[in-house]
Amino acid sequence: MKLKKFTALILLAMLLSVFVVGCGNDAKTESEQPAEQSEAIKVGWVYIGVPGDYGWTYAHDQGRKYLEAEIPGVESIILENVPEGADAERSFEQLAQEGCSIIFGTSFGYGDAMLAVAEKYPDIKFMHATGLQTADNLSTYFGRIYQARYLSGMVAGAMTTNNQLGYVAAFPIPEVVRGINAFTLGAQSVNPDAKVKVVWTNTWFDPAKEKEAAKSLLEAGCDVIAQHQDTTEPQVAAEEAGKYCVGYNTDMHDFAPEGNLTSPIWNWGPYYVNTIQAVIDGTWASEAYWGGIDEEIVDLAPISDKVPAAIVEQVEAKKEALKSKQWDVFTGPIIAQDGTEKAAEGQVLTDTEMLSMDWFVAGVEGSL
Amino acid sequence: MLKLKLIRRENESTMARLIVPVLSIIMAFGCGWIFLALSGYLPAVVFAKMFNGALGSPYAISETIVKAVPLMVAGLAISLAFRMKLWNIGAEGQIYMGAFAASGMALALGNGSPYVIIPIMMIAAFAAGALWGLVPGLLKAYWQVNETIITLMLNYVAIYWVDYLVFGPWKDPNSMGFPLTPIFSPAAQLPTWGDSRVHLGLLLAGIIAIVFYLVVQYTRWGYEVRVMGESSQAAKYAGMNVAKNIMLVMMVSGGIAGIAGMIEVAGITHRLQQGVSPGYGYTAIIVAWLARLNPFAIIIVAFLFGALLVGGFAVQIVGVSFSITQILQGTVLFFLLAGEIFLRYRLVLAREEAV
Repeated sequence: MKLKKFTALILLAMLLSVFVVGCGNDAKTESEQPAEQSEAIKVGWVYIGVPGDYGWTYAHDQGRKYLEAEIPGVESIILENVPEGADAERSFEQLAQEGCSIIFGTSFGYGDAMLAVAEKYPDIKFMHATGLQTADNLSTYFGRIYQARYLSGMVAGAMTTNNQLGYVAAFPIPEVVRGINAFTLGAQSVNPDAKVKVVWTNTWFDPAKEKEAAKSLLEAGCDVIAQHQDTTEPQVAAEEAGKYCVGYNTDMHDFAPEGNLTSPIWNWGPYYVNTIQAVIDGTWASEAYWGGIDEEIVDLAPISDKVPAAIVEQVEAKKEALKSKQWDVFTGPIIAQDGTEKAAEGQVLTDTEMLSMDWFVAGVEGSL
Repeated sequence: MLKLKLIRRENESTMARLIVPVLSIIMAFGCGWIFLALSGYLPAVVFAKMFNGALGSPYAISETIVKAVPLMVAGLAISLAFRMKLWNIGAEGQIYMGAFAASGMALALGNGSPYVIIPIMMIAAFAAGALWGLVPGLLKAYWQVNETIITLMLNYVAIYWVDYLVFGPWKDPNSMGFPLTPIFSPAAQLPTWGDSRVHLGLLLAGIIAIVFYLVVQYTRWGYEVRVMGESSQAAKYAGMNVAKNIMLVMMVSGGIAGIAGMIEVAGITHRLQQGVSPGYGYTAIIVAWLARLNPFAIIIVAFLFGALLVGGFAVQIVGVSFSITQILQGTVLFFLLAGEIFLRYRLVLAREEAV
């Protein structure tokens, strides 16, 4: 009996492959025609999520579309929803085999996979968003979103009535911690009594969980909700509760038309255009890019008309200061949650200090 | 009143066993074909890519094997428990515990002889997975606590435990605060075949399958497991120690799943990180079920399943979005499982008294 089952399965396997091969052969001729016609530059993308998230991946995908519109002849190949474990390396390898000249990976956890594949394909450029390791053909790129978060914190700090701000946060990694600190400092700059309550979700993209987290903050008395998440659900939760909220990644105003005050946003398009142009011109070089609001890779979405004009003016003034590089967010005095001084008066945190930030500023209510 | 009824088949014919799954798959692809055509894709192009991405080149096949290995091992783990009608859906957590224990050993032992370090990692992974299986086994054996719920709940405990470690004490000090342990020393990494990522885990899966088959088929204990799977009452009357065997089976099942976790960290990621298993423990349930708990069939079904998953990623290259590939994969599963029903049951038209 057992052997029969076994034989049956082997036969099934063989039949299955014959069937699929059958389809395969028909299709070959159809699929290979268009590729040979143009000498387009192929650009590969590995997304951690789906473009429909209206968050992180959506922002990258908007950048990709901008690139396609700006540089004709760009042909992009997208792999969505690629987990950070064993699947990542294969995805980058497949894009390399498809003939991509440059491949973007948009999640931190792709680091090992990108490094391994970059080593195998020295002629292909690899671009790792939020990454750590670089190589001759592997760059990292990211933006100083903390600058936009500071500005959004100013808006939130001005609009709270009870000084309780809520922050739905993904993972306790430096990127998120930095954002929370910047938001808190921004809020305190207009409202010294502002406190920020943090709830960790341990997920980047989980609509139900993020909404619950936002609700718990609302129930704890917070009257403005901010987020470091890739869904729009914390916005929806605040809207339903009749409270204010600050989005992230993209302008989330439409998801909470009454409550949304503004959103720190990503604007990858121009950076993608510059990068691809550099590849075409042969001027591309490996770098660790961390662009600020002056280079428009990060920005603040339009501020709601519910925010008083005086506050908007203050925000604009700070934005100009950031753009002119006269001033940056983590300029001392900066006091940590435990009371230690992290930066003295006038001292500015270095990039390395910011990139490995693992402490909260005073005024954050939460733990790492 | 006429009613459709499902009647259990006395005998399943070999022909049916062969034809039904093939027909199921053909129907699934037919359905997928129509769906793709309606969505504006060229079905032939999509299916060709699916095949090429999964099986069309030595590289593709090697990657399909890489994907299939944890499914094989976890599938074997699950099937042992399922043989005894113990619904261990905790393989996911057991994988994480195995990955945790193996990583702990790799990080603690540092560099040395792989002939020492790898067996130690394996034993530790087995022990951790076994412990994770023993908890629900104990509760089931002595207090009849539902093992399905306990194993499911323990999955979360294990996943969060690993999260805690990689965000906390085991975080690489050089990772700028990112949740990763340091890379294992070469001695704690499984050897691979040539340039590919196919690692020793494949051989281990084969060995486990053979041992599994021999033990269940030819030993006294294997016989007891089979009897208890059929009827625990009969087993009790025959003087078998059901409680002891529930615990033992859950331990061995958990231990094998733990090995799956070990081969994933030692063979692929070479460090402990979040999401070591993207749901292998759950997918393996389907694999075990479709293979009807037969160890050799599990190897083949896991390979085909790996092909379906890897091919699914590959079709995105021709512009098919992830959600569409999931629909295609879901269609194949739906038809296969539906086909199983018709293999096991006959559909009859029965006349019943109107109420």
